[in-house]
Amino acid sequence: MKPIEILTQALELLAALAAAPLFLGWVNQCRAWLQNRRAPSIWLPYRGIRKLFHKDAVIAANASPFFRLAPYVVFGAMVVAAGIIPSMGTRLPFTVAADAIALVGLLATARVFLSLAAVDIGTAFGTLGARREMMVGFLAEPALLMVIFVASIISATTALPAIAESLATHRLGLYPSLAFTAIAFTLILLAENARLPIDNPATHLELTMIHEAMVLEYSARHLALMEWAAALKLFNYACIGFALFLPWGISIGTGSPLSLLASIPLLGAKLTVTGAALAFIETISAKLRVFRAPEFLAIAFMLAVLGLLVHLLLGA
Amino acid sequence: MTLYIDSSLRACLTLIGLWALIGVAGLLRPMSVGFVGRMLFPLGALCGLALAVVAVTSLGAPPEQAVLKVGLPDLPMHVRRDALASFFLLLLGGSSAGISIFAAGYFRRGEGTAPGLLCLQYHLFLASMGFVLLADDAYAFMVAWETMAVSSYFLVTTQHALGEIRRAGFLYLLIAHVGAIAILLSFGVMQGGSWQFTFDAMRGAHLTPYWATAAFLLALFGFGAKAGLVPLHVWLPEAHPAAPSPVSALMSGAMLKVAVYGVLRATFDLLGKPEWWWGLVLLTIGLFSAVYGVAFAAVQTDMKRLLAWSSIENLGIIFAAVGLGIVFYGVGMDSLAALALIAALYHSLNHAFIKSLLFLGTGAVLHSTGERNLGRLGGLIHRMPWVAWLTLVGALAMAGLPPLNGFVSEWLLLQAFLFAHEVPRTFVNMILPIGAALVALSAALAAYVMVKFFGVIFLGQPRESALARARDAGVLERIGLTWLVLGCISLGLLPTYLIGALRIVVAQFSGAALPRTGAPWWLLAPLAHRQASYSAPIFLIALMSSVVLTVLLVRRLYHYRVRRAPAWDGGFGRLDARMQDTAEGFGQPIRHIFGALFAVKRDLPSAFDPSPRYRVFVSDRIWQWLYVPLGTLVQRTADTLTWVQQGRISAYLTYSFTTLIVLLALML
Repeated sequence: MKPIEILTQALELLAALAAAPLFLGWVNQCRAWLQNRRAPSIWLPYRGIRKLFHKDAVIAANASPFFRLAPYVVFGAMVVAAGIIPSMGTRLPFTVAADAIALVGLLATARVFLSLAAVDIGTAFGTLGARREMMVGFLAEPALLMVIFVASIISATTALPAIAESLATHRLGLYPSLAFTAIAFTLILLAENARLPIDNPATHLELTMIHEAMVLEYSARHLALMEWAAALKLFNYACIGFALFLPWGISIGTGSPLSLLASIPLLGAKLTVTGAALAFIETISAKLRVFRAPEFLAIAFMLAVLGLLVHLLLGA
Repeated sequence: MTLYIDSSLRACLTLIGLWALIGVAGLLRPMSVGFVGRMLFPLGALCGLALAVVAVTSLGAPPEQAVLKVGLPDLPMHVRRDALASFFLLLLGGSSAGISIFAAGYFRRGEGTAPGLLCLQYHLFLASMGFVLLADDAYAFMVAWETMAVSSYFLVTTQHALGEIRRAGFLYLLIAHVGAIAILLSFGVMQGGSWQFTFDAMRGAHLTPYWATAAFLLALFGFGAKAGLVPLHVWLPEAHPAAPSPVSALMSGAMLKVAVYGVLRATFDLLGKPEWWWGLVLLTIGLFSAVYGVAFAAVQTDMKRLLAWSSIENLGIIFAAVGLGIVFYGVGMDSLAALALIAALYHSLNHAFIKSLLFLGTGAVLHSTGERNLGRLGGLIHRMPWVAWLTLVGALAMAGLPPLNGFVSEWLLLQAFLFAHEVPRTFVNMILPIGAALVALSAALAAYVMVKFFGVIFLGQPRESALARARDAGVLERIGLTWLVLGCISLGLLPTYLIGALRIVVAQFSGAALPRTGAPWWLLAPLAHRQASYSAPIFLIALMSSVVLTVLLVRRLYHYRVRRAPAWDGGFGRLDARMQDTAEGFGQPIRHIFGALFAVKRDLPSAFDPSPRYRVFVSDRIWQWLYVPLGTLVQRTADTLTWVQQGRISAYLTYSFTTLIVLLALML
């Protein structure tokens, strides 16, 4: 391992940890602007997390050790995921150990732990949230895998850095197949991150909740970790999207520290635009009924398959 | 090793014979739980362990053959041990070691069959499975195969006092025999006119493509019936819950894999070169079974039935992998064929360990609570921590989560699917990659099923007050579970060793070789030039260290004070166990999304009902569409033919005479 590789890896991890709440704050701010509300501070997620860490944890009398373990596992999984996804540079030594399929598995691990923890207390909300989360998950996972498949087939590898490299060094211009999969991926991102139109991050109305229902019983540091993990998940998904569809500007191959440095503002710019776009999508769409979620994700899946067929037919 | 050089075949046969002997020894003191449980079952576990060791050391050895002078005169039994047989012996020995030691603490007096008799049936079942793997002629194979079916039938009907269990047993026996007939016919085709029924003769026989296809389809039908492929799966969700848990574990973990062995033996070894489109047939049936099985698993309310449906799913995935391997093999893409076949074998071994573990976990729960119904369980992690945490490993592995073993085989299979579009057959190559999505769908649904399984049984609040008396499993049971958990973990963390061995196995039985890539022991990179790699140990270290670091940092920077209070539940208060999701409730999204698959019947109470009950029954449409008409047809045919049975001796004499005349006319 060369110093530059370790530097890239460390930088990406730290950036993800530090910037994830900021990204969430930015999305919330954009949403407020678009909805003609006074925007909360962009630093609000940090303050929330800090406040929660200082509080005393209250857990249910019948909570098992699993309940206390889960936030750490969910958070840890999201941190590891951040280490797999190339957001600034492709020279990530850790990615040898985990490719895109392992990344999907890792996200599934976090989902399973979160859902099981939600079942642990035995409340109506918790179990309801868990089953809805698993429902969205089992529909989104194959669709996500198909999206990754298209990119993998184009670049003949499942290693994310190699995919990003091969797509970034290709002639400028999006593959037609990737255009379809990009739309599919956007739908998956919305569903997997508990955003509108599948879930509403701003509500606590039981008919509509998914993610919030699962973390209802958590408090203090456990809740802080869950919230931070959710922010990291959104950040990670955005970065997967960049690696697959907007890999330009990423530091490639034997890139110098300078190119790594240059990729930081570029990542910031991509995140800024994506956050605004996300807020825009959320503002113009209404919450779907829970049982419309399968149709929504089926569209994502079909688009991904369409992308695959387009690639196989046109070779592009 | 001297054993290895001398004869691993002889060692395997000795151990299988020992199993049979242990079984017979059970009859010495048939009513003594102490003798049978504390002596014989642990001995059987040791035999299993020894068998696994012998099998591992002989994986890379050249095939060995022998002729046993037993059985009918002029019809000796041929036996042969090659790499494929060794691998499945490893599977059988390894998983049965854990199951037998668990069974040592499990069987009790007063539960149906006497312990000694149970011991005989159990060990005969083990021995016959072992012998099926070693058989090298159709005669020996069928004898062992039928012994396997019959001994497991008796094991399934251990609690034969219950009508429901007798019915399940009958259905199992029926389908097992329909399958056996198909296998027999398949052997009949494979001998190709030589009328030699040794496997050597079948390997040498030259079949026309037409007859080879017929033999393949018959074998697929026969072995598919044993493996529980849809639509021949109906016995599985009946027989598995009926059997005692160690027996369910053995059937699901080992016996279903013997059927996988049969298909591999028939297509690659006996029939020689399979046609590429056979693979498509297998792939289609396999993927359909996978999705069908897992969708049904998600809506079950009986924990063992849920696991049985999940077995259908997993066997579907194994067969899909075999099918993909055959497609690659048939079009000459050897290294990818080897990869898919390695995925199939790997998943077989994984499933043997995981599903045995889960079945034994349900057995422990069943023994301590007397409940199989998910709707009456819950919160057992507090009362049975050993069983709960060990089962959790199995549930996570079954859900295909890294870094456990279920993920490895899924990863290998998806890697193989990734190159399916290079198959030089137009249209087929465009449809094949979608198979990967179905594999991913069933894996994701398996996670759903496992969240339901583990969450409803072990987490939440106890749904019945009697659950407060539940006791954790005994020492022997814990040892059995731990052994299987260790298997799951080591198969997950050190896949390169097994894949190195499987490379040899696959090369020996199919001739398709996966080139060595020179990756270090900790890195799984079957196709290095394609740049796909996965390293479970590093993955685990990364995950663990990030979890541990988070814990330490949070403790160091803040505090770890915790206060216990009643559950908040959104401030509603008065929370009770009835407010949690039931098993039906947890399956409801699946019932909704896959509505077309299920025949759902609801009992809705009227608005004025003083004690309203809401019930929902989900049943299998295939049963109504296929089996009920088939049963009616058989019944009707039998009814019309009853007039033949006149009950007068003169009528029967006439029949015999006519038959004689007809036969004479045919001969002359």
